[in-house]
Amino acid sequence: MIKVENLVKKYGDFTALNGVSFELVEGEVVGILGPNGAGKTTLLRILVSFLESTSGKVTVNNMDISQPLLQQQIKGKIGYLPEQAPLYEDMTVSEYLIFVGKMQGISSDEIYEKLSEVINKCGLREKKNAEISTLSKGYRQRTGIAQALIHNPEIVILDEPTTGLDPKQRIEIRDLIKEIGKSKTVILSSHVLSEVKATCSRVLIINKGKIVADGTPEELENKGGADKATIHIEVDKIGSGLVQKLEVIEGVNNIEIIENRIIINSNLQNDIRKEIARIIIEENHGLLELVRKQIDLEDVFINLTKDDE
Amino acid sequence: MNKAITIVKKELNSNFNSPLGYIVVSVFLVISGWMFIQSFFIFGQASMRSFFNLLPILFMFVLPAVTMSSWSEEKRSGTVEVLMSFPISTVKVVIAKFLSSFVFLLIMIVFTLTIPMMITNLGTPDRGVMLAGYIGALFLGSSYIAIGLWVSSITKNQIISFLVTVVIIFVFYIIGNSMILDTMPSVVASVGKFLSFATHFDSILRGVISLSDILYYISIIIFFLFLNARVVSLKNWR
Repeated sequence: MIKVENLVKKYGDFTALNGVSFELVEGEVVGILGPNGAGKTTLLRILVSFLESTSGKVTVNNMDISQPLLQQQIKGKIGYLPEQAPLYEDMTVSEYLIFVGKMQGISSDEIYEKLSEVINKCGLREKKNAEISTLSKGYRQRTGIAQALIHNPEIVILDEPTTGLDPKQRIEIRDLIKEIGKSKTVILSSHVLSEVKATCSRVLIINKGKIVADGTPEELENKGGADKATIHIEVDKIGSGLVQKLEVIEGVNNIEIIENRIIINSNLQNDIRKEIARIIIEENHGLLELVRKQIDLEDVFINLTKDDE
Repeated sequence: MNKAITIVKKELNSNFNSPLGYIVVSVFLVISGWMFIQSFFIFGQASMRSFFNLLPILFMFVLPAVTMSSWSEEKRSGTVEVLMSFPISTVKVVIAKFLSSFVFLLIMIVFTLTIPMMITNLGTPDRGVMLAGYIGALFLGSSYIAIGLWVSSITKNQIISFLVTVVIIFVFYIIGNSMILDTMPSVVASVGKFLSFATHFDSILRGVISLSDILYYISIIIFFLFLNARVVSLKNWR
């Protein structure tokens, strides 16, 4: 459905995107994940033709978005929510959505039907006559999402849809995105991992303008070492004798010590927690905490986007 | 075309949703009205000459206030990103923004029609000259608007947009002033005279609408709208 080939975007000397390629099929819900400044917004802006790439090619349904004649046709298929949900502050929610609907080519006969559809879907009923400048961040975001949906687009692109929301609003928007994802291709960007994990069927991790990982959240976790585990231990008092004894346990790969905390890297298959607990208790070091953690998306993300220098 | 009309309506609504639209219209009417009344009652002239003579200067401050936010505010608040995601060509958006400011100008002008109505009742003015003056005013105002919109498209800051527009219009106005022209070589002077808003407006005010004056204004309007469309389609945002 969307094909991106070797996309490069430079702002003067700064390279925001450095050869990004991927392909999306219909119905996918894709999360673009990356630290701030990684190039997420630039990528999305190119997809909606708001920016032009320096080189590379993007096609939507096999139509090249750089062709001015095709651009309008493609734009009609896309619903877009920019970062921060910019809205016309002096309009009411309904006025704004009607404006957007008309700009998307919805006829006057249909517009009210479409309006009530998105208002219900996005939970805006009680705010439909409120002026946008009076809305809370959560409602602004909903209005922005409603704006992206009103013309029933095939593709919905949301730039950081949950940034700046409180936890409750975040869950609501997350559910809304899941709902949208049932019938449409969705691309969203985020720097919050739990967000992406909860809503997306596929994750692209982008760092410094390059895609560093691509797959389902589970695949990425596996790639990061699904068979690896870390055991976090906190003891009352630590002694060199203890570390020596722990080191010789079979399955311990390496040991890290931070004050009175010990972090042991080991394999998942081989559960050595019992053995560790026995030694600490026998040696009377005062066991305070013992947890085993599997490597998750967050570790993968941090590993992949670490600064090399 | 429907989409362009949607934009025109939206822009006009937002002009009159804020106090600025009303302030601009009021300031214009009060000052232009006063200039007319002064000459009408004090000098007893049944003509609109003093009203029209003031317009190039009055428009210079009033119309940039109408156009200053047109693109700047969209750029500042980020709504331009939504606007540009709609399936409509850049040229149409530019024209729609121009039309909305033009309608605003038209509204201002319509309010001043009380002046010719009053003169016609009280005296015997030259109606042809008044009509020419109004047509000239629309062309002059439209040129100012085209410049204002272009400036607005290159900055996020409304104040900068306003001031730069005033300066550019002022330059276009002053280059036809004889005090300036006398100091220049004759070739430069004739170019300056030709490019000046004042030269063409004065000639229309005499009651003669010549093709060259109309073409001059149309060229100015198209030139600056073209620059505006160019700025927008360069996609040089951020």
